[in-house]
Amino acid sequence: MNDTNRERQKNPSGLRSQSPREDRPRGDAGAGGGRDAIVIEAPPDKGGGNWGRRAFGRTVAFLSPSLLLVVWELLARWGAIDERLFSRPSLILGTLLPLLRSGELLSHIAVSLQRIVLGFLAGAAPGVILGLSMGLFPPLRAWLMPLVSSTFPIPKLAIMPLILIVFGLGEASKVFTIGIGVFYLVLINSMTGVLSIEPIYLDVAKTFGASKKDFYLTVAIPGSLPMIFAGLKLGMGTALLLIVAAEMSAAQAGVGWMVWRAYDMFDIERMFSALLTLAVLGYLLAILLETIERKVIPWKEK
Amino acid sequence: MEGKVDAVLKRRTDAGMDRVAVGERSAVGWSRSPALPPGVSVKISGLTKEFDMGDRSVVAIDRLDLAVRDGEFLCIVGPSGCGKTTLIRTIAGLETQTNGTIWMKPPANRRPLTAMVFQTDSVFPWMTVEDNVGYGLKMQGVSKSDRDAKVQSLLRVTGLEKFGKSYPHQLSGGMRQRVNVARAFAADPEILLMDEPFGLLDEQNRMILQKELMDIWRESRKTTLFITHSVDEAILLGDRILVMTAHPGRVKEIIDIDIPRPRDLITLRGDARFISLYKQVWALLSEEVLRSRAQETPHS
Ligand SMILES: Nc1ncnc2c1ncn2[C@@H]1O[C@H](COP(=O)(O)OP(=O)(O)O)[C@@H](O)[C@H]1O
Ligand SMILES: [Mg+2]
Repeated sequence: MNDTNRERQKNPSGLRSQSPREDRPRGDAGAGGGRDAIVIEAPPDKGGGNWGRRAFGRTVAFLSPSLLLVVWELLARWGAIDERLFSRPSLILGTLLPLLRSGELLSHIAVSLQRIVLGFLAGAAPGVILGLSMGLFPPLRAWLMPLVSSTFPIPKLAIMPLILIVFGLGEASKVFTIGIGVFYLVLINSMTGVLSIEPIYLDVAKTFGASKKDFYLTVAIPGSLPMIFAGLKLGMGTALLLIVAAEMSAAQAGVGWMVWRAYDMFDIERMFSALLTLAVLGYLLAILLETIERKVIPWKEK
Repeated sequence: MEGKVDAVLKRRTDAGMDRVAVGERSAVGWSRSPALPPGVSVKISGLTKEFDMGDRSVVAIDRLDLAVRDGEFLCIVGPSGCGKTTLIRTIAGLETQTNGTIWMKPPANRRPLTAMVFQTDSVFPWMTVEDNVGYGLKMQGVSKSDRDAKVQSLLRVTGLEKFGKSYPHQLSGGMRQRVNVARAFAADPEILLMDEPFGLLDEQNRMILQKELMDIWRESRKTTLFITHSVDEAILLGDRILVMTAHPGRVKEIIDIDIPRPRDLITLRGDARFISLYKQVWALLSEEVLRSRAQETPHS
């Protein structure tokens, strides 16, 4: 935030305030003769600057979920929420830690992670290619866009039975369920990425004699990378939502399967353990994507 | 969103990426035709450009005739909206004329016919400064090692040598505009087209860049069309000044600048020739600016 902004925050009217006599004047010149002076001071330094702000961000990122856990624990202990339905963090931890130590949880994570990664790749790769192509070639867009628009809103859960019939009860059906969800988001974002490239960059490519291939490689693809990544991040979020759906039926392992299994047995602690695991998994995968993004798009403004 | 998609679509079909290769500019119609007199690098005859806006059409340029001399620095002034940008975009092959013909001197060896410095920020955000400046050369198929020498020398001239590896977002607007200029010069075109290249800069940067531009230009004596809204700048830089009429654009008058180079704006300002030229150009220009104001309607 720059100084003008700070100044405005202090003084939203944007007017310089006529300072009362007790205001400390800047330097000594203004004070002579005892007349009121207009004083414009730098805001007090709250310390830390950039580093301080980042440390603050990290602290909050850690504090806000911790605080939620504490409140949850207290409410359950006081009986304000039904412990049989909502459990409480300490009980969940009591289930989670043994699951983790025995390696059971890790094996479920491995199974789900494989499905997520395969499904993500299976959806993202054709999504990017088709999305870019639809952005670049108007006839292709004209032909395919109606299909995309009409099939996109179909809930993936609604076609689960169909997926099971077509892809069987094995891994393929799970990978497909995740893949199809990722595919649409990545496709739509990649296409929008191409279409929202500033027309001036097309003119530049043209005046400097870019061939079609040059244009794709030097303008269309790099220009749409930020949107492609926005799609990938959305897709990753969806993959985590869909893993639970994908492992609802015809599965013997996986974190999503754990949720449903625990639901069947009414083992609330186990269910929350699995949900918590999914949350952490989602968080780590998001960080991974952001790291890749920073490497691939070094020119993106922070 | 829908509007934006359409705009891109339209550009693509209008200015089609398929007519980009040098030597295939059939729509612009350059040729070795005898119609190009000696010492002339661009000849324009009866050029008309009409923009089709669906329910109505806008005539941006109306039967314009012009001969640009080989190696001259031609400044173009005119009221805003009179068709200056459209004129040089048509020469650059970014617009297709509705009527009329443009003849252009074919470029020597593999040089591109034209290169353009755009009015707005057009530096690729996803390329380093070096890659931006070398873009035209790369598109011509010049090898990386051959590109580097030229790119570095232009970075030096424009005072950007320390920023070769930077990305545009790390640069100020003035520095980005220098990249824009360096990129056009690096491409070494037959004809250089510049659309108010310094229009958005502050005065200090503008004066420095004007001098740099003159230094580079004096070495190559490239045929240059330079649009500006500043009469000062036109007299400082130009061999001739083309004053355009208010919308739709035509040639109102062409004025010779018979002040020897190198010129310097500070001494120029006290020069009697400068003052009389300034008055002459301003008289013509203000006439057109007033006419263009009179055309203004509450709709536009
Ligand atoms: N792509 C376009 N579509 C429709 N009208 C345009 C387009 N480009 C320019 N014009 C119109 O053509 C006229 C000349 O524009 P322009 O060449 O940009 O003027 P200048 O550069 O002299 O300010 C203006 O009336 C403008 O509105
Ligand atoms: Mg213009």
